[in-house]
Order: sequence, then C-alpha cells, then structure tokens
Amino acid sequence: MCDQTFLVNVFGSCDKCFKQRALRPVFKKSQQLNYCSTCAEIMATDGLHENETLASLKSEAESLKGKLEEERAKLHDVELHQVAERVEALGQFVMKTRRTLKGHGNKVLCMDWCKDKRRIVSSSQDGKVIVWDSFTTNKEHAVTMPCTWVMACAYAPSGCAIACGGLDNKCSVYPLTFDKNENMAAKKKSVAMHTNYLSACSFTNSDMQILTASGDGTCALWDVESGQLLQSFHGHAADVLCLDLAPSETGNTFVSGGCDKKAMVWDMRSGQCVQAFETHESDVNSVRYYPSGDAFASGSDDATCRLYDLRADREVAIYSKESIIFGASSVDFSLSGRLLFAGYNDYTINVWDVLKGSRVSILFGHENRVSTLRVSPDGTAFCSGSWDHTLRVWA
Amino acid sequence: MERVVVSMQDPDQGVKMRSQRLLITVIPHAVAGRDVAEWLVRKFCVSEEGEGQRGVAGETPYFWTSTLWPAAELDYAIYLAKKNIQKQGALADYEKVQYDQLHKKLNHTWDLVLMQAREQLRAAKRRRKGDRLVIACQEQTYWLVNRPPPGARHVLEQGPERGARPASHLQTSSDFYKREIDYTRKALGRTRVKSSICLEAYLKFSSQRSSHDPIMAGCLPSNPWITDSVDYWTLNAPTVATPTKLRVERWGFSFWELLGDPVGRAHFMDFLQKEFSAENLSFWEACEELRFGGQAQVPGLVDSVYQQFLAPGAARWVNIDSRTMEQTLEGLSQPHRYVLDDAQLHIYMLMKKDSYPRFLKSDMYKSLLVDAVTPPETRRRVFPFMRKPRHSSPSPALLPGSGESAAASGGDEA
Repeated sequence: MCDQTFLVNVFGSCDKCFKQRALRPVFKKSQQLNYCSTCAEIMATDGLHENETLASLKSEAESLKGKLEEERAKLHDVELHQVAERVEALGQFVMKTRRTLKGHGNKVLCMDWCKDKRRIVSSSQDGKVIVWDSFTTNKEHAVTMPCTWVMACAYAPSGCAIACGGLDNKCSVYPLTFDKNENMAAKKKSVAMHTNYLSACSFTNSDMQILTASGDGTCALWDVESGQLLQSFHGHAADVLCLDLAPSETGNTFVSGGCDKKAMVWDMRSGQCVQAFETHESDVNSVRYYPSGDAFASGSDDATCRLYDLRADREVAIYSKESIIFGASSVDFSLSGRLLFAGYNDYTINVWDVLKGSRVSILFGHENRVSTLRVSPDGTAFCSGSWDHTLRVWA
Repeated sequence: MERVVVSMQDPDQGVKMRSQRLLITVIPHAVAGRDVAEWLVRKFCVSEEGEGQRGVAGETPYFWTSTLWPAAELDYAIYLAKKNIQKQGALADYEKVQYDQLHKKLNHTWDLVLMQAREQLRAAKRRRKGDRLVIACQEQTYWLVNRPPPGARHVLEQGPERGARPASHLQTSSDFYKREIDYTRKALGRTRVKSSICLEAYLKFSSQRSSHDPIMAGCLPSNPWITDSVDYWTLNAPTVATPTKLRVERWGFSFWELLGDPVGRAHFMDFLQKEFSAENLSFWEACEELRFGGQAQVPGLVDSVYQQFLAPGAARWVNIDSRTMEQTLEGLSQPHRYVLDDAQLHIYMLMKKDSYPRFLKSDMYKSLLVDAVTPPETRRRVFPFMRKPRHSSPSPALLPGSGESAAASGGDEA
C-alpha cells in the first residue's frame, strides 16, 4: 500500500495580506497561521534574517559577558583565605541535637522560625504543615494542605500567620487561631498564583506582603490582603528554587537561586535584576545573605557552597572538599557570620569557617537527606529538617 | 491501595480494560498506564504529578506496591537468581553489582536462594504462557520500582521534576539575549569595590560580633536549648526594662542595629525628643509602614503622612532639602507605596549621620551602658535526670486582649 499525503488546497483570505488566495499552513512561534504563497516566501526569507540576528545577538552577549568577567577580575587583588590568615582558628566545636521533633508522617521539606525564637513551622511531603513550640516539642497547630509536596513555608513576622505552598502552584496564608471551634483551613487565603510549583516563600517586613519563587522561572511580590500581584521578577532561565531577603538598611533587594545555575539579585521596586552570578556547576538549591547584607552564600547540587560579595561583584570563596560529593540542599549563617551551616544530601551537616574556608565540624544524626536548615533568630541554635520525617534543633 | 485496585477492577466504574495483543499471546485485562492515571485523576481529583505507576502490569494485586509487603532482600535475590539462571549474562550492570552484594550478604542462605529460584522457574513452566508473561511483567515492573537502576527517578520518592523545561524555548529567543545584553551593559558600568576592602569588612564584622554570637561564644546565663532554662529569653525579651550589656553594646555597632531593637528605638526616640527632632523618626516609621503595608491602605497612609509631616505648616514638619521635597510633592499626585522613598532615605541619612553619633556620645547612652545587666552564668546541671521542666510560652498568635484564652492554652509540659 502506498502512503500518500494529499495537500489540501484551502482558499481564503491570507492572514498577512488579507488577499483571497490559495493558502498554506505556516507555523510561527507554535501558532498556526494561513498564508498565501507570496507571504509564505517572504516569511521564509524573514526567518533567515531573524536567525542571523539571533546568532549575532548570542555572540554579542557572550563577548559582553567576557568583558564583564575581565572587569570583575581587575579589582580582585586578594583571596579571602589570605586575608583570613590573621584570624584565629576556631577551636573544637561540639554541637548536639537538643530537640528532635517527631510527628510528620513523611519527608520534611521546609521550615521557618518565628520571631519569638522558639516556635517553628514545618511542612512535609504528605501535605501537612505543623507549627511547633520546639522548646517543649509540643505541636500547636496542624493544617493539611490539599496538595502533596509542600515545599515552601514561612512564619509571619508578627507570629500570627503562616504561609505555605507547593504542588498546588499557590501560596496560601493561614491565620493562626487557638479557637477550638474554628477550623484553620476555613480562614485560608490564597495569595499567590503561579503556573508551576511553589519552591520558596517569605514574608517581607510585615504580614501584608509575601515574596514567592516558583518552578515557572519567576519570583513575585504579592499583597496578602487582596492577593494582588505587586511586582514580578523575570530573568531566570529555569525553575527558581530559593530566595532570601536582604537585611540591609535600604531593604529593597532580594537574591534568588535557580536551576539555571545562577544566583540573581533583584530590586524589589523596579523588578529588575541588579546583579547576577553564574559560577555554580549545577542547580542552586539555597541562598542566604551574610548578616551584614554585603554578601550572600549559596548551596548547590555541585556539592559546593560559595560566597559572593555584592560590592566586589564576584565570587570570593568556595566551600568544598573532595570527600563531599552530594549536593548541599540548604545553607545558613550563624549570627556573627563566622560560621556557615550547610545541610547535604548525604545526610550530614557540615559547619564551615566562612573566613578561612575550612570545615570546622561535621554533624551526624539524620537518617536521610537534610532538606532544610535555618538558624534561629537570636542565633542560639539552628534547626534542620530531613527526609527522615524529623526535625532536629542543634545547639 | 488494595481498595483502589479492587475498585479499578469494577466493571462499571473501573478503568477501561482491554485485551492487549502481545505478539501471539493475548494478555487479558491489560491496562494502559495512562488510563490508570486518568482514572485516578477523575476519581480523586488528584493533580497530575505523583504516584501513577507506569507500565503495563497491574491487574492482580500480587506485586502491588503496598507497604504491607516490603520489598525484601531475599525476594530480590531470588528474582535476580532466576534471571541469571534463565538467560546467562542477561543481568544489567547495576543488577550484577546488586547480585554480587546480595551473594555476599546472604551467603549463608545462598543455597536456599538458588533452590527457591529453580523451584519458581519450574512452577512457572507449568502455567499457561499468557499467565507466565503477565506475572513476569508484573515482577519486572515491581523490581523496577523498588530497586530502580541508578539514575532513574524513583517514581514514588523524588517529587516534582525540576529542570530547564519551560525555558528551553526561552533560551533561544531573541528577547532573552537582548535582556542579557542589556543587563551585561549595565553591569559593566557599575562601580566595584576592591576585593581587599570587601574582605577586610568581613573580618571586622565577624570579630565585632563574635562575642554576641551564642553559638560561637555561648550566652549568659545559659543557652536555653542546652540547659532547658528560658532565663536568656526572659532577659532579652523584645520589651524589657533593663536590657543586657551586650544588647546595649550592639546599638553602637550600627544605626540599623539600634533601630531594629524596640528598646533601642524607644530610647533613641527619647533622645530625639530632647533634641526636638523626634518627628524625623516618626516620619521614617510612617514611611516604613507605607512601604510594607497592605495595598489598600496606600492612598490613606500617603495622605496622612503628607498632612502630618510634609504639608506646609504641618504639625510635625520634617526638614527635607528643597529638591527632594519638590519631587515628593509632585509624586504625591499619584500615590504608590514607594512615593516617599526619596524623602525617607534623606531623613534616614540625616539621623544616621547627625543624631545617631550624638546619641552614642550622650550621657543617656552612657548611663544605659552602666545600668545594663550582665547575668551570671548558670552552669549546666550535672545530673541530667533532674531535668528542669520546660515551660511553654504564650503564642504570639494570641492577641494581648484575649487574656482568658492564654490560660486555657497553656500547653503541656514536655
């Protein structure tokens, strides 16, 4: 049997010149249009022109990036570990698990501290979000989300609400209530709407604004009360996995890290990317500002953590070891910025000396990969959440 | 899970069952994976991602991934042994590795393993070819899910797929490159600071703060997490009458640090009132409220700030330079949350460069330092079984007004 395709001739008005001609289907940006043969030929030559422009744009971008690297290198006169030779080495570090929070039925994906320094909110794969008083290990509230894989959760600065989201592509805010007659889920507010999973969320300085990062490659700033989008941030070429707000006095920037191996610093007011750093070799899982706000650290699947300085506009330190081959899932600084705690997928937590670049200590305890790690607001302890269904507070 | 499978087999509401032709043998009741997923979506309104088991098998729940029947090592060894016996050298690389490992581990029962394998093969030969194929398929899928080859995504475990999915077409569009070029051009023009200066700043910051870092230097009287005593938190509560010495010292590190502490800010406000410039701090606070407040409150807040601080002849008029004032007043015709940013920055810098240094040199600050407490250290209890009861604290979610509910929700002791 022979396979014949017959070209069907359709007559009609061309989508470009509107003349009545025999039409051919033409695909432009995955949309089908019907052009007459003359317009189709013009488009073919146009396309060629477009391709040429695309290639020249790409080479222009590459050459500019090269120039930028040269400029950055010019002012790099000394390495961090050289400067840090004058600093005393840190002594032995003994940190133990002081509390173990058991209660999640599945992997813990995210956690956040309350400003009261003892309460935390944590979310897990089975859709449960729990608020604990981690000092007494009591559970105070529990919400079941309608979706699984709740990858982001945050505590409001006032301590009166929590936000969470994940595979439902939304960020929902739940006011915390102790009223036994009220179901927490009843007062839920759906704030953010993305077109892909929510990977991170954080309140700004008040309960009324929330910043989200999503697998659709964008970050967005929302007004909690109305759910209105205040600003959106486009620029990542792949999923955005993490974000952190700057502690600086001008308080208008935040940093985000994504699967495109980039960490980008954004101006919240204009929505523009202010700085970008692309030195990681794999997904950037976590970003956290240095306490002074002049730098930030990032943890990545390439098993390294790196420190980027914002004023020097470059990477200034790499925290890695040959023996560490699993990715770092989350990082945080101690209060003085001297220590960097990083949780890895090989179930351990490594403590790095930020200035000297060496590992100070390695903490064992979790029985599965560490997915989230945050230092408490007053720096007395840090909490790590893991796929082994538990959270541990270390001090 | 079993209930799901049974309901799937329900002739009316279950998944579409078909007889699939595999070469010559007919596999009865084969169910395409996609049908299962669709049915699950319909039945449970489950979102697309998640636990759909791919593959052809899935009729009789013999090998279903139930938690009631964990994938035991022995079973896996028998499966691999069968595979090895049937066709020599058919094991994949990762399977060979597993096989060797299991051989070492189960060396004592290896005879049992081989015997079971041979018996199972013999029993299988006695079945009809159709059934044999079905069970073989099931078995294979079961082990693919529970012992995935390295690098394969463990279907039930990994979670949402990451990657450059949506952006692959973004990469090649001209808009993307134009944006990159734009950004890089701007970045080339920015001023950078020498590395040596930036890095020195870290040293200074860390050394200044190390005694204030509880993890590095400990905290007095003791770290609550270690000794179970909340004294440290009580002494450092947000609004406490006598702040600790370390806390008062921190106010001297930076203006931002002073403003960030409620007690510090209150004292600074007192100081400003003595200097008749308290409206500066009030104006700054009002601007912060505007920037981080709800969208609906923006017009009202802008108006009230204007009336109180910026209007000519206002009760608490702030002293801003004329250019900034002009720009701000212009912007007020279209109020948005950032309209007062320039004015706020101007006032902030004024306080930082002028009032703040005077505050640090003032008698008020000096006496605060003198009055500040340094709590004595509480040693760690020697006998851990005489543990202090861990007291719960009222949740910040309880409003100050609802005092009666605070008692009711006191919380259990650990």
